[in-house]
Amino acid sequence: MEKIINIGKYIEIAINFLEEHLSFLWNAIDNLITWTVDSMNSLFLNIPFWLFMLIVAAIGYWAKSGKTAFNKSGIKKASGITLFIFIGLVLIYLMGYWKEAIETTTLVLVSTFIALLLGIPIGILSAKSSLANAIIRPVLDFMQTMPAFVYLIPAIFFFSVGNSPGVIATVIFSLPPAVRLTSLGIKNVAGEVVEAGHAYGATENQILFKIQLPLAMPTILAGVNQVILLALSMVVIASMVGARGLGSIVYQGIQQNNIAKGFESGLGIVILAIILDRITQAFGNKK
Amino acid sequence: MTENRNVKIKVEKLSLIFGKNKESALNLLNQGCSKAEILEKTKCTVGVDRASFEIYEGEVFVIMGLSGSGKSTLLRCINRLHKPTCGHIYINNEDITTKTNKELLEIRRTEMSMVFQNFGLLPHRTIWENAAFGLEIKNEKTGVRHEKAIEALHTVGLDGYENQYPKSLSGGMQQRVGLARAIANNPEVLLMDEAFSALDPLIKSDMQDELLDIQNKLHKTIVFITHDLDEAIKLGDRIAIMKDGVIEQLGTAEEIITSPASEYVQAFVEKVDRKTIITAGTLMFQKPVTLLIEKDGPEGALRKMKTESLEVLPVVDKNKKFVGFVWMNDVIHAAKQKHLDLVSVVKTDVPSIHKNYTVEEMLPLISEVRTPLAVVDETNGRLLGVVTQPSLIIESTRFDNEDEISELKEQAKEYFKWKK
Ligand SMILES: Nc1ncnc2c1ncn2[C@@H]1O[C@H](COP(=O)(O)OP(=O)(O)O)[C@@H](O)[C@H]1O
Ligand SMILES: [Mg+2]
Repeated sequence: MEKIINIGKYIEIAINFLEEHLSFLWNAIDNLITWTVDSMNSLFLNIPFWLFMLIVAAIGYWAKSGKTAFNKSGIKKASGITLFIFIGLVLIYLMGYWKEAIETTTLVLVSTFIALLLGIPIGILSAKSSLANAIIRPVLDFMQTMPAFVYLIPAIFFFSVGNSPGVIATVIFSLPPAVRLTSLGIKNVAGEVVEAGHAYGATENQILFKIQLPLAMPTILAGVNQVILLALSMVVIASMVGARGLGSIVYQGIQQNNIAKGFESGLGIVILAIILDRITQAFGNKK
Repeated sequence: MTENRNVKIKVEKLSLIFGKNKESALNLLNQGCSKAEILEKTKCTVGVDRASFEIYEGEVFVIMGLSGSGKSTLLRCINRLHKPTCGHIYINNEDITTKTNKELLEIRRTEMSMVFQNFGLLPHRTIWENAAFGLEIKNEKTGVRHEKAIEALHTVGLDGYENQYPKSLSGGMQQRVGLARAIANNPEVLLMDEAFSALDPLIKSDMQDELLDIQNKLHKTIVFITHDLDEAIKLGDRIAIMKDGVIEQLGTAEEIITSPASEYVQAFVEKVDRKTIITAGTLMFQKPVTLLIEKDGPEGALRKMKTESLEVLPVVDKNKKFVGFVWMNDVIHAAKQKHLDLVSVVKTDVPSIHKNYTVEEMLPLISEVRTPLAVVDETNGRLLGVVTQPSLIIESTRFDNEDEISELKEQAKEYFKWKK
């Protein structure tokens, strides 16, 4: 069929323009991400496996048991998650994918951190201003319906190959729930409590930090959980632009038609997903 | 008495319109269109319609009306959570409708505190932190905050709960925290929006008593909103009744009950237990014909009884101080015996009451002694008027309680029998 309007062309022109004229910015971002990912990887890999596993298990135990950490009911509540962390991580280690698992975890943590850094303020903005909300909502819808692969194209364009485009594509893909749930959480804070803030002469900032954000926290944490899981679901796709970790092993498995490799690395991702999900959920439920 | 009290809050022709088309809605309002018409024509809701009134320093001013009548909107104009569409509000003679946002923050921090229907507490803060919220907003030091919060919690009777969280407290106790939060700021004005409406009846009554106690100690100016007339009567020095944004009537509980200004007010009033409201001051005949103990003799007394066709007359001394009642039978007897004064026949062991006695308090008195009730001045004992049994009984038979009515009818029958 004949093309009558060429939207793709305009996007291309825009991206070319951005690439040419803001290259210093892309370089700086690239360097920052690469440096962060590399240092986190080397830090984590310098920790002996058993110690790392103990630390994760301790975090999981504490997240689940909370105030009851030192008595029987705490042990009862948190023994499941702790046991799962032990077995899961030992399994990954024994399958020989410890390094890749660490790389994937780093990728997920860095992407999540950036997604929250951007997403939470945007969410606050969209809760506070109906104009901002009117602009942000359709953009989020667009981002969520766009196939994840599409984000790889600009990412590669600005950052060539490696961990950086992987992180950027992952951030774009996992950003929407951070925005949506922050906004939802703030809007759902009971009107009377916010009104009380106003009635006692609180400034907008005081209302945000003393009332809205603390009360929205459980919802925001649910958003964090979703961001992490979306980021994890992106690791295989991100590996197509050169991101390292379990995702790239899955990708190799597909390319080489290697069922064993594909299954093992896939299992590794599932284990990481369950651990990250349970830990963040436990933090969210504590409130 | 009220004329020379300080005006704390003055509201002048205040209107508030919700919606986009405020100008034309305001025009229609001034042309006399109703709230419903304006809503239909301009899609604007009239929140408050040209309200004017004054609230005196130290009084409990109640705003009452059905849901949607504009009470909350009016209250929120006073601390400027709503910006009035037109009109003025003066607090301590300062117009707050022209204040900047920054000045408004300061006014809300220092001059008035609000108490909310559903408490509006912060669930993630402890009780004392909640009570100290206003102080925290003012950036007071933690030590000072804690001290003032504990003191305010003590005032509302919540000692020992300071480190708990709101959800572990009952509704009534949570509202005490809300009250403590308001008091801790030490404002001059308390704004209370249906503060007790969400509570169980018993707890509600406790809280009302508590508020009155606190008011006796602190003498704040309180603007209290309710849709419950009993509550309005119990708490309010004066009551404003609102309908569709308009203040329909403003006065003391008794003024409103004895002469409701409209059917709407009447509808409220009908549900009320009148006998706890109507006082001797309203029921009494003022300036009754009296006999002077020093001067009038039996003959003079009989003449007065004839001209007034009364068989009982009150007797006073030369200072107008109430002495007692004389009955026609006794006076005739004394006249036959050629007594020269009334001293031997005046009955002094009769009850006398003050102006603020309610019907409820007067009823037991008439069933014991069959006399009119003398209303005397509290300070100097002067006779102010007389409450007759028929007027008391007529008033009482307006109660809607069946048992009470039949009981009173019995009493009335006996009374009239005795009169013959
Ligand atoms: N924010 C608002 N926007 C539009 N209309 C409102 C708003 N708040 C209140 N109203 C309307 O104003 C009128 C008065 O409401 P309100 O002051 O809450 O009444 P009350 O407190 O007596 O129940 C009602 O008709 C209500 O629907
Ligand atoms: Mg209301």
